[in-house]
Amino acid sequence: MISCAQAVRELWDYLDGLVDDAERAAVEEHLSVCRRCCGELEFAEELRGFLARNADEELPPDVHARLTATLHGLEGR
Amino acid sequence: MAADGACTEDTDPADAARRRFRELAEPELPRLYRLARRLVGDDAEDAVQDCLLNAYRRLGQLEHGDAAPAWLTRILVNCCRDRHRRRARRPQEVAVEDIEQFSLYRKLADEDPFPYSDSLHLDFLHRFGREDVQAVLATLPEHYRTPLLLVYVDGFLAKEVAQMTKVPLGTILARLHRGRKLFERRLWEYAEANEMLREPVA
Repeated sequence: MISCAQAVRELWDYLDGLVDDAERAAVEEHLSVCRRCCGELEFAEELRGFLARNADEELPPDVHARLTATLHGLEGR
Repeated sequence: MAADGACTEDTDPADAARRRFRELAEPELPRLYRLARRLVGDDAEDAVQDCLLNAYRRLGQLEHGDAAPAWLTRILVNCCRDRHRRRARRPQEVAVEDIEQFSLYRKLADEDPFPYSDSLHLDFLHRFGREDVQAVLATLPEHYRTPLLLVYVDGFLAKEVAQMTKVPLGTILARLHRGRKLFERRLWEYAEANEMLREPVA
C-alpha cells in the first residue's frame, strides 16, 4: 500500500482525473483505510471549489461598455 | 438576405468579418477580463483591448467558431505576457522544494490536536473573502497562476492549456501541481499575516 505522503501528493491529480488506473486504485486503497487522508481529500475538493468561486470577478459595466465599443469600432483597423 | 428572411447578410466581406468577430468575442468579454485581472491586475482592460485587436487581425486563422474561447484565451495570455515583460516586474520566484512539502490541511490539523473538528478546515476557508483570495493569487508567479486559473476557474483541460500557452503538457501538469501547493502555502501565510487564524487553545 502507498504511504500517506504518496497519497497526499496525488490527491489533486486524483480529483482532476489525471492519474492512470493503477495510480487511482492505489489512492483508493489507501483512502479506504486512512481517515486522515480522506479528510485531506475532502479538503482538497473544497479548496478547489473555493478557489474557483472566489477567483471570479465581475466585469465592471463601464469596462464592458468600452470593450464592446472597441468591438463595434473595428472599422478600418 | 438570410435563409430566414432576416436582413442580416453583409454585402461587404469586411462587414461580415467584423460581425462574425463581434458575435464570437462579445460573449467572452467577462471571462477574458476576469482572467486578465488575475494575470496583469490593473492593466486588465488594456490587455483585453490588445487581445481583441490582435485577434481581429488574425481572424482568418480561426477555423471554426467553437475554437474561439481557447483561441481568444491564447491570444490574451500572450498579450498579458507581453505586458509583464514590458513592465519587467516579475513576482518573486519560489524554490520548488519549499512548495512541495507544504500541506494546508495538515497545518490546520496541527492547530487543533487530533482528533480535530471536521469543520475546522471549512471554517478556515470561510474566513476568506473574494478580495483575500485575489490578493493571495496575485502573489503567485505568473507561470503558476496562469494554468491554475485556466483550469480551476475557466474550466479548460490541462492539455488545452498546454496548447494555448505552447508549453509541454508535462510542464503544465507540474506547474499546476506546484501552483496548487503554493496557493495553499500563500493562503496560510496570508491568514497568519492578517491574524485570521483561530486563537490557540490555552
